[in-house]
Amino acid sequence: MVGIPLAFDLALIWGPTLASVLFSFTNWNGIGRITGQNFVGFKNYTTLFTSYLFFRPAVVHNLIWLGVLAFVATPVGMFFAVLLDREIRGTRIYQSIFYLPVVLPLVVVGFIWELQYGATTGFINNFFGLVRSHHIIDWLGDSSINLVAAVVAASWRHVGYVMVLYLAGLKSVDPSLREAAKVDGANERQTFFRVVFPVMAPINVIIAVITAIESLRAFDIAYIINRGKNGLELLSTLIVNNSISEASLVGFGSAIAVVLLVISLVPIVTFLVAVSRREQA
Amino acid sequence: MAVQARVAVRPAVQAQARRGPAAGRVVLHGFLIAMCAVWVFPLVWAVYEAFRPVGDTVLHGYVSLPHQPLTFGNFVSAWVNADLPHYYLNTLAVAVPGVVLTLLVASMLAFAISQFSWKFNVLVLLIFTAGNLLPQQVIIIPLYWVYLNTPMPPLLSDNGLLYDQYIGVILIHVVFQTGFATFVLSNYMKTITREITESALVDGANILRIWWSVILPLCRPALAAMATLLFTFIYNDFFWALVLMETGAKRPIVSALNNLQGEYFINYDLLGAGALLAAVPSILVFIAFQRHFVRGLTLGATKG
Repeated sequence: MVGIPLAFDLALIWGPTLASVLFSFTNWNGIGRITGQNFVGFKNYTTLFTSYLFFRPAVVHNLIWLGVLAFVATPVGMFFAVLLDREIRGTRIYQSIFYLPVVLPLVVVGFIWELQYGATTGFINNFFGLVRSHHIIDWLGDSSINLVAAVVAASWRHVGYVMVLYLAGLKSVDPSLREAAKVDGANERQTFFRVVFPVMAPINVIIAVITAIESLRAFDIAYIINRGKNGLELLSTLIVNNSISEASLVGFGSAIAVVLLVISLVPIVTFLVAVSRREQA
Repeated sequence: MAVQARVAVRPAVQAQARRGPAAGRVVLHGFLIAMCAVWVFPLVWAVYEAFRPVGDTVLHGYVSLPHQPLTFGNFVSAWVNADLPHYYLNTLAVAVPGVVLTLLVASMLAFAISQFSWKFNVLVLLIFTAGNLLPQQVIIIPLYWVYLNTPMPPLLSDNGLLYDQYIGVILIHVVFQTGFATFVLSNYMKTITREITESALVDGANILRIWWSVILPLCRPALAAMATLLFTFIYNDFFWALVLMETGAKRPIVSALNNLQGEYFINYDLLGAGALLAAVPSILVFIAFQRHFVRGLTLGATKG
């Protein structure tokens, strides 16, 4: 009952995780068997950190992605949740509209934003007359701005996600806490920051974890725009492009995967610690 | 559930007290309506483009009022030329078995974890949950190799491998999503008293029977929520079928969009129509099961 699913989980998820670590020390190209001669020590990592042109940009891009989701999209989602948690007319309709992008496939989110960003055919440039005046901004083609353009699309979706999670958290806050704060003369802002926010610590942790994981997983939007190149390099797209879709540098791509794994362990371990604390409680 | 119950009994007086003065409410609604307009605009724009004949767009520019009547023409061409029905069926072939198998496996695991105390139950839960949190790209290189090198019986695979097969894509979805579903369902099952399982065991029922005819019926709301959520997750997935399926014509619709984009959706009106058609099932599921959907997400995030 537990054994078979566990075996599959180990074989298809944790086995490959360990294999990624193992492969990262080889120069294997995926063909034939790995022999002792394939082991090259830390060479892939040295290349990655010193001479591979796209590694540093990819790390920076993932960090920007995380920064925008964590410090812009997440607070906006929380703010919407706080506004919508009151008993106001039409709150369900507002919620549904903010939530709608969350159910869309990320690829479709990418397409929808391509329709806004297109250089000569998109909404933004046409609406602001940039096409007619030949001051075209190439939102998706210009490598200095296309990352931000992609993150805006990702944020469009992330805000609704955070809003729903936070609304559930707000509803579980004991109303008598708010009453007590009010009796003590706290205004709404003080009540939120000094009373409500602290008691929501568990859900804040979960939202932080989800935001971090989403940023590290970012792939679909960048890949659908330009396969994650020319300004849209992310660790995830480098792994796929180096080892599967364009080249078969299994060892080198695995080293990038290990970097992604190590970074991912921070939110994952945070989450596991929170869960096991709760299990013991 | 406790959360909902508490909300329901929140006294009306308190609700009154939390309402601001009238002016404040006008500002609030004004702000929310403006924000909603911003939020829904990209989608509305996609709908507008999708309904516009491409000749009209070319003649009058993208941002212009329609001079010709709006039609379903782009939807029809996207549907027929890109052979979208075929890709919807591919998606069904992955999503239906994917959801059913994930629910069966995850509910069994959750049952074992939440209704019995054994030495490693928390550890097992953590292994599955953590596996679901890994970025897919961390495991993809070895997984790709495993898929290329695992022999399969001809009954399940027409090339004798896991690679480029529905069975392979279904398998990784089930294994990956089981982590999330087990976590959520075990949270839910913890609210069911263990005495039910214990007394059924005393009455001589075997474990599988207790799982199937006692526990699962009690979990119907959680299972409905999970089914909705899992369908959306699997439907929306781009990555697994992109990498683990080579034949473009076999891919589920969302993964197929990558190729269709260059090949058939040759102008933005067609791209809008194609994107919307691909989004329709997600949107329909959301409209039909919105409550389940939201509850599925929040079951995972809040305690029982």
